[in-house]
Amino acid sequence: MAEASSENKMTVVALVENEPGVLNRIASMFRRRAFNIDSLTVGRTHRPHISRMTIRVVAGPEYAMKIAANLQKLVNVIDVRVLDNEPHIERDLALIKVRNDDADSRNTITEICDRYPARIVDVGPEVAIIEMVGTEAILEAFIEEVKPTGIVEMIRTGVVSMGRGTRIHDTTLINRRKLIEAASRARQGNGRIV
Amino acid sequence: MKLKGSEIIMECLLREGVDVMFGYPGGAILPTYDAMAKYDDRIHHVLVRHEQGASHMADGYARATGKVGVCIATSGPGATNLVTGLATAMMDSSAIVAITGQVPIPAIGSDAFQETDVTGVTLPITKHNYLVTDVNELAYTIKEAFYIARTGRPGPVLVDVPKDVQNAEIEFVYPDADVMLPGYHPPSEARSHEIDGALRLINEAERPIILAGHGITMSGAMNEVRELAERAQIPVALTLLGKGALPEEHPLVIGMMGMHGEASANLAIQEADLLIALGMRFDDRVTGNLKTYARNARKIHIDIDRSEINKNVKADVGIAGDLKAVLTQLLPKLPQKSHPDWIRRIRDWLEDSSERDILNYETPGKLMTAQVINDIWRLTGGNAITVTDVGQHQMLEAQYYPHQRPATLLTSGGLGTMGFGFPAAIGAKFGQPDEEIWAIVGDGGFQMTLCEMATARQENINVNIAIINNHFLGMVRQWQELFFEKRYQATPMVNPDFCKLADAYDIPNRRVSRRDEVEKAVDFARGIDGPTLIEFVVEKEEMVYPMVPAGADLHDMKRRPKPGEA
Ligand SMILES: Cc1ncc(C[n+]2csc(CCOP(=O)(O)OP(=O)(O)O)c2C)c(N)n1
Ligand SMILES: [Mg+2]
Repeated sequence: MAEASSENKMTVVALVENEPGVLNRIASMFRRRAFNIDSLTVGRTHRPHISRMTIRVVAGPEYAMKIAANLQKLVNVIDVRVLDNEPHIERDLALIKVRNDDADSRNTITEICDRYPARIVDVGPEVAIIEMVGTEAILEAFIEEVKPTGIVEMIRTGVVSMGRGTRIHDTTLINRRKLIEAASRARQGNGRIV
Repeated sequence: MKLKGSEIIMECLLREGVDVMFGYPGGAILPTYDAMAKYDDRIHHVLVRHEQGASHMADGYARATGKVGVCIATSGPGATNLVTGLATAMMDSSAIVAITGQVPIPAIGSDAFQETDVTGVTLPITKHNYLVTDVNELAYTIKEAFYIARTGRPGPVLVDVPKDVQNAEIEFVYPDADVMLPGYHPPSEARSHEIDGALRLINEAERPIILAGHGITMSGAMNEVRELAERAQIPVALTLLGKGALPEEHPLVIGMMGMHGEASANLAIQEADLLIALGMRFDDRVTGNLKTYARNARKIHIDIDRSEINKNVKADVGIAGDLKAVLTQLLPKLPQKSHPDWIRRIRDWLEDSSERDILNYETPGKLMTAQVINDIWRLTGGNAITVTDVGQHQMLEAQYYPHQRPATLLTSGGLGTMGFGFPAAIGAKFGQPDEEIWAIVGDGGFQMTLCEMATARQENINVNIAIINNHFLGMVRQWQELFFEKRYQATPMVNPDFCKLADAYDIPNRRVSRRDEVEKAVDFARGIDGPTLIEFVVEKEEMVYPMVPAGADLHDMKRRPKPGEA
């Protein structure tokens, strides 16, 4: 579909039914419509039947609205919101394995970690693992600083976001599976499900 | 009542009001075929000769009736044969439910005999699909499938049912509560500021035009659109699938738009200062080059699918809603308006077009497709349901068979599926048994699904087949003539004797190669209660004009030649 026009990143958040194949449907839609995604994360919410996705795209607001409209069209997607229109918190988590085999690098790493919300979570004679949580921008700045010491391995979870304040992005809708179960239970009753 | 999964499927179909289904049996769906016998008096099963035919029949049935069409097939090859029909239905928003057998649950993922990941294969070409893994969920799933297929922007839904789920037995009670889907809420009415925005643009416009699409018929908004056009005196251009939404004889209707649309309609769009797009989606065959499309026009776009708004053409006022509901909100606030200069200007273009019309000049000794189609129109009183295939004959049908009623031209617009016409016509006849049905097909496309002649014979279904035989894949030949210096690579066809073929299927038939024979043959076909076939042997190298070459500016049409220029 349309090309990504600007270099800003937009964040789309979606509540989806936690059912087999849902991620596949969403991935398939992105591929089919040729939407460019920067990162996509899925995780559980406090409601067992609902998962929450954060999708980051390198694009302007119009592009993000198109993505939102196409996501909303999927039957298993309950609600979609483009978060950049409101104040929000975002977090990305990285595990970074760095070289740690001389005093110099050990010192540098400890020093950098002190200045960032980062912790060394595993130390060995040759390498150490740093855990760093923060906004995407801080993460990137941190990684730039660590790079000269020698990154040997890295994984990032991708950004997760949540709007601030009382505009709640949630659903109290009950589980569709529950409905189906109720329907089958109703076999003993009058066949009515609520 | 204890029922097997297979019987539950049938019970659910009954509850949905299904009276006919189109299908083909096989191992994985056999339990359901076995259950069918008990329901034979209420749900008629039509045995097709290829599952693609079943999918198009369900589609034709759906388009002709506005109800959900049903097709059924076995796992693996049976299901994959439905794919073309599902994609066709998806592109044209046609409501069908496809039920497919699947290998038993324990075998899924093992590459079992005739196992195909059908929900995977059909994921991008269905509105939604299901793999039922628990017989307790079967009834509710089928109910959801029908609900999703027919509501909102309609579309195909597939339900894949493993064989062991069909065989499993449970105590059955139909879930009679309404379907409740947390993530599925088709829009209905507009917000009041959207209505006000639309009204403001309409009031300010001097050269407005309505672009009437398929959504009008599907929403049942024919009267509302007509009132909008008449009250504000706005000319109406039709998309291919919008034909019939307003009677084409209506003085405000200026014809079909797009690649093979009328010059007057395309010029009007390019000159307009306001487009009011109703239930249409700015397909590239309608817009031509988007960069130069209706450059001076503001746009109101009303469609039930929010993702269509701003997809290809940016809307000044975009309303995601049900067209009938939205127009019902808008009309009471709409003042009378008139645009006499604008309408006069379009009328001048219309006259220029009709001067160039093939019907208005002599073609002695030749049989031209446009004439055949216009004769069929005349002889059927313009009242038949025509179902076309894809190609030159399809575009000429759209140009030369004016439709007065909605859902009387059934054609594969979005996907352009050759082989659609004949089976879809059979499906349409099952849905509208009292209507006269003509399948107008090319010699190429007919050969893709002609095996359904056996189905038509077995069912003695009253469908008239008009083959427009130009011995060419005509539309492709046209492109080769225009853009590939007449290198006719793979477009000339050595065809079978279609009349002998019809004889073999025991279908009454005629061959026509002169204009003065058309009437007799059409009357012959109309006089027979059952399938008939007429082969019209037409000129080999006809052209369809006007034509906007793919990607060209919409006003950059190759016009019909004037008499003498040809
Ligand atoms: C299944 C399929 N394959 C290929 C095409 C490409 N195509 C479009 S029109 C056409 C020619 C159709 O020929 P015919 O059925 O004889 O109709 P005519 O154009 O001659 O009227 C072809 C090959 C298509 N639309 N559908
Ligand atoms: Mg042909």
